[in-house]
Amino acid sequence: MTELETPLLRDTAAAESGDVKTEEMILNMGPQHPSTHGVLRVVVRTDGEIVLDCEPHLGFLHRCFEKIAESVNYTQVTPYTDRMDYLMSMGNNLGYCVAVEKLVGEPVPDRAWHIRTIVVELDRIASHLIAIGTYGLDAGALTPFFYALRDREKILRIFEEICGQRLNYNYVRIGGVAYDLPEGVESRILEFCDYFEPKVDEWDRLLTYNGIFIKRVANVGVLPVPLAIDWGVTGPCLRGSGVKRDLRKKPGYGIYDKFDFDVPVGRGEMGTVGDCWDRYIVRVREIRESLKIIRQAVKSLPAGDHLAAWAKRRIRPPKGDAYTKIENARGELGFYIVSDGTDKPFRVKTRGPSFCNIAILPEISRGCMIADLIVIIGSIDIVVGETDR
Amino acid sequence: MSEPPAQVDIVTSLTGAFPALEALPTAIVYPALMLVGAVIATLFVSLFGLFAIWLERKVMAHIQCRLGPMEVGRHGWLQTLADGLKLLAKEDLIPKDADKALFILAPIISFTGAFMLYVVIPFGRDVIAADLNVGLLYLAAVGSVEVVGIIMSGWSSNSKWSLFGSMRAAAQVVSYELPLGLSLLPVILLAGSLSTRDICEAQAGWFWNWFLFANPFMPILVVIYVISSIAEVKRAPFDLPEAESELVSGFHTEYSGMRFSIFFLAEYAALFGVSAIASLAFLGGYHTGIPAIDGIGGFLGGLVGVATMIVKSLCFVFLQMWLRFTLPRIRLDQMFHVCYKVLLPFAFVALVGVAVWQSVLPDRSLWFLPR
Repeated sequence: MTELETPLLRDTAAAESGDVKTEEMILNMGPQHPSTHGVLRVVVRTDGEIVLDCEPHLGFLHRCFEKIAESVNYTQVTPYTDRMDYLMSMGNNLGYCVAVEKLVGEPVPDRAWHIRTIVVELDRIASHLIAIGTYGLDAGALTPFFYALRDREKILRIFEEICGQRLNYNYVRIGGVAYDLPEGVESRILEFCDYFEPKVDEWDRLLTYNGIFIKRVANVGVLPVPLAIDWGVTGPCLRGSGVKRDLRKKPGYGIYDKFDFDVPVGRGEMGTVGDCWDRYIVRVREIRESLKIIRQAVKSLPAGDHLAAWAKRRIRPPKGDAYTKIENARGELGFYIVSDGTDKPFRVKTRGPSFCNIAILPEISRGCMIADLIVIIGSIDIVVGETDR
Repeated sequence: MSEPPAQVDIVTSLTGAFPALEALPTAIVYPALMLVGAVIATLFVSLFGLFAIWLERKVMAHIQCRLGPMEVGRHGWLQTLADGLKLLAKEDLIPKDADKALFILAPIISFTGAFMLYVVIPFGRDVIAADLNVGLLYLAAVGSVEVVGIIMSGWSSNSKWSLFGSMRAAAQVVSYELPLGLSLLPVILLAGSLSTRDICEAQAGWFWNWFLFANPFMPILVVIYVISSIAEVKRAPFDLPEAESELVSGFHTEYSGMRFSIFFLAEYAALFGVSAIASLAFLGGYHTGIPAIDGIGGFLGGLVGVATMIVKSLCFVFLQMWLRFTLPRIRLDQMFHVCYKVLLPFAFVALVGVAVWQSVLPDRSLWFLPR
C-alpha cells in the first residue's frame, strides 16, 4: 500500500490564523462499507467533512483471470469472463468472443448476432438499473433500488428462459450463442419492452427530477473532457462529460449499424456538464435507446443457425494476435489475445472499463464533502469484479 | 377561554379514580403511584416501539413494492418481538479501546431523554403524568438531552464513523432546536399558557378551534415544526447522523445487541414524542374536534381522549415514515442551509404574524370565523 502524497498532519487555514487547532484525519472507507459497491477500499484524507484527498485501493477481489485463461482452452475461458463484470456478463462474453472470432477470421451467423444484440442490450438495461438503483441508495433514497430490482427481475426471468442462468450466463459463445432462443420468447421480450417503457418515466418521477436528488448530485464531481480523455475514462462517464463516443456507433461492431439509436450525452441540464447528474441521466437515457435496439432486433430476427459450424469443433486460431473492443455498460471493454496456434490462448489481456474509470476518483473528488464522495463513487459505477479481475 | 383547570398529575387522577387510596398515608401512596405511572409509560413506549418498528417495515415494504415481514405471526406482527429476542440473546460487545463507562451509559441517557418527553404529554383530560406549568419549555429542554447520549456514544466508541455521526448529530439537533422552539412559541401566545394540558383545553370545541386553523400563519408553523421535528429525531431526509451509505451507521456503528436496541427504542420513543407534541400543539391533542364526543365524561370519555391522541400522533408518525422512504438524504451544508436560511426566517415572520393577528383580530380564525 502506498503512502499518501502529502503529510498526515497539516495545519489548516483556520489553525494558521490562530483560531482553532484542527487536525486532519485518515479515514479508511471499505473494503467493508455499505457504499463502496463491493470490496473497493478508499483511503480518504479528511479535514472535518471535507475530503482533501482520496486513493482507491484495489485487489480485494483479484482472481487471476488473465493467468487462468492461459491454462484452459478457448471455449473454457468464457465462463471466467462472466465473473468479471458480473452485472453485465453477456457483454463480457461477447467482448471475449469477438476477439477470438477476429483471431480465427471466420464469420458468425446473422441470427446469432441478432440474438447476441438482444441479450447484450437486455443485460445493459439490467446493469444500468442496478447502477441507478444503487446510486439512489448512495444518495440516501431507499425506495428506487427496489423498483430497479423489480424490473431487473423481469429481465432475469427472460435470461433464465433463454440460457438457464440468472447471473453468470456463459451464453454468448465463440462463433454464436450457446442455444437458440426458446419458442415464444421473442413475444415475451417485446412484452417486457412495452411494460418497461412507462417504468422509465416512473423512474424519472421517482428519482431523476427529485429536488433533493438534483441538489445532491448536480455540480458534484465535475469531470472535464480533457481530464476524462487523459485518464482513459469511457462509457457513460465519458458521455456524461458531453463526448459522443460509443463503440456501437463508431467504429461499430456486429450488426449495430443496422439499428437506429441515439447516443445520449450529458448536457449539463441541472448544473455543469460532466457532473454526477449528467453521468446518471446518460444511463437513464441509454436504457431507452437499448429498448429501441431490442425492439428492432427482435422484429428483424432472421432464421438460421445460432452457432457457426466452425465453432462446433475445437478452436485452434492461427498464430497471431487480435485486439477488439466493445461497448460494455461501463465503457470500453477490450480483449487482447495472443495465439500460439494451440487450443489455449498464449496471453489474454483485458482492458476493463471499471478499472480505468475508478482511477479518476481522486481527481474529481478533491475538496468535496464525504457525502459527495459517496455519490461520486456511485456515479462512476464500478463493478469490483472487473477492476480486480 | 375557560377557567384554567386545576393542576393534575398521575397521582391526582389515580386517586380520583380510586378513592380508597386516599385513606392510605401520602408518604406511601405518592411514590407508589409515581412508580405505577412510570411503569405504564415504560410499557407504552416499549409496546409502541414494537408496533412502530413493525409499521415502519410494513410502510417501507409497501412503498417499495414488497410485502415486508410475513413469517412470524399474521402479516409478521410478531417479527419485532422475534428480532428483539435475538438482540437480547446477542453477545454483549464493547470495543477494546472504547471508553467503557461512557459506552455503557450512552444508550441509557439517550433513551432517558426520549422517555422524559412522555411526562408532560396529555393523553386525555386527566391522563397525564405531570401537568407542569412550564410544559412546553420542559419538552424543549428534555428533547435535547438525547443528543448528549449520542455525543457520548460517538466519542466513546473510538471509531471514526461514530465520531462523524455524533458530531453531525450534535450540530443538527442544536441547530434545529431553534426553528422547533420558534414554531411552538405562537402556540403559547394563543393558549396563554405553557402547560400542555391548558394548550389542549384551549383547543376544545369544534375542530376549527384547533390551533392549526387559528390564523393564516399556523399552517406555515406546522410545516416548520414537522420539518424540524424530523431533523430533531434524525430521520430521513435528515438522517445524516446515521447515514447508512456514508457513515456505515453513524454514532451507533459499534453498538450491537441490547445496547443497539435501546438506541433503536429511543429513536422510536422520540419519534412518537415529537408527533404527540405536534398533535397537542396544533391538532387539539385529545379533543376529537366534535363537541358531542368530547363531552362524554368518565372512563369512556378518557378512553376516547387517549385513542384520539394516539391516532393523531400516529398520523404524524406515518407522515415521517412516508417521507423517509420517498426522499433522498440531504447533505450537511444543505441541512444547515435549510435550518438557518429557510426555516428560521419563516418561523420568525410567522411568530410576528401570529402576535399581530392576536392583537388585531383576537377572535377570528383562519377562515375569519369567530372563535
